[in-house]
Amino acid sequence: MSQTADKLIIAGREFSSRLIIGTGKYETYQQNADALTASGADIVTVAVRRVNLTNPDEPLLVDFIDPKKTVYLPNTAGCFTGEDAVRTLRLAREAGGWDLVKLEVLSDPKHLYPDMEETMRAAKLLIADGFEVMVYCSDDPVFARKLEDLGCAAIMPLGAPIGSGLGIQNQVNIRLIVEQTSVPVIVDAGVGTASDAAIAMELGCDGVLMNTAIAEAKDPILMAKAMKHAVKAGRQAYLAGRMPRKKYADPSSPLGGLI
Amino acid sequence: MQLIINGETYANLNADMNVLDLLSYLNLPTAKIAVERNREIVPKSGYATVVLQDGDILEIITFIGGG
Repeated sequence: MSQTADKLIIAGREFSSRLIIGTGKYETYQQNADALTASGADIVTVAVRRVNLTNPDEPLLVDFIDPKKTVYLPNTAGCFTGEDAVRTLRLAREAGGWDLVKLEVLSDPKHLYPDMEETMRAAKLLIADGFEVMVYCSDDPVFARKLEDLGCAAIMPLGAPIGSGLGIQNQVNIRLIVEQTSVPVIVDAGVGTASDAAIAMELGCDGVLMNTAIAEAKDPILMAKAMKHAVKAGRQAYLAGRMPRKKYADPSSPLGGLI
Repeated sequence: MQLIINGETYANLNADMNVLDLLSYLNLPTAKIAVERNREIVPKSGYATVVLQDGDILEIITFIGGG
């Protein structure tokens, strides 16, 4: 496969970068915009919130990250029921005109694991309403299959709890999900550093979504650059096909012809 | 008339305001926001024609940073 042809396709839309970044937790929107440029990402996740009526002149995300150049992926962070998620994303669709959305229905604030029962219900409601749903989910192949069967546009299992930076905790599950899924699989949450992103890609994931790993790095711009390379390196290693693991050493220099 | 906007009470507003009048009263741009009135979305095409009623509950949203 040539590198130029290796695009990420979600719901019929083509993206050059396999890295999706969040827009939360940055010191400023300017820093966020600079990290975006360094990361090379085509898509950013955004939250939907009440406008600040007491200060209508406060800086807006859209003034720093142009929605005409970067795809905004509105999320449902903070929604705990299917109805809340649908209400939020309908408003997002009206505000921005986008039907590609990230569904996340969370449960306990301590671990922020997705409530899969509510996630399934919300996914059904959103798909019936014409949304293209990229769904944050547990790394459970059974639920991943059910979400794909419902018609979700991308399956996005967590690598580790949101914001934890612990890396891919269950590589076996991620691999099982990758093997069984025909829509894109994107690891969403848990990446802490570049090697975590590379591991996700080496497992065959189609992309990685991250926020805190970049935003809370000491130098977010440099980390954004590192993530760009890690996602590309991991993807190329996956496409190249790694060598088999062996139990014992195998010399790289020939043994014949020794003096 | 009185409206509840994003959870706050706004009293003594002019009667017969439409959504566009309200947005201009609040100094809000119409781009990149969405308005919900009594749990129903007001499409942008309806801003000039939807007249607000005393007691309406409005939510006005935009995009902010998030993961």
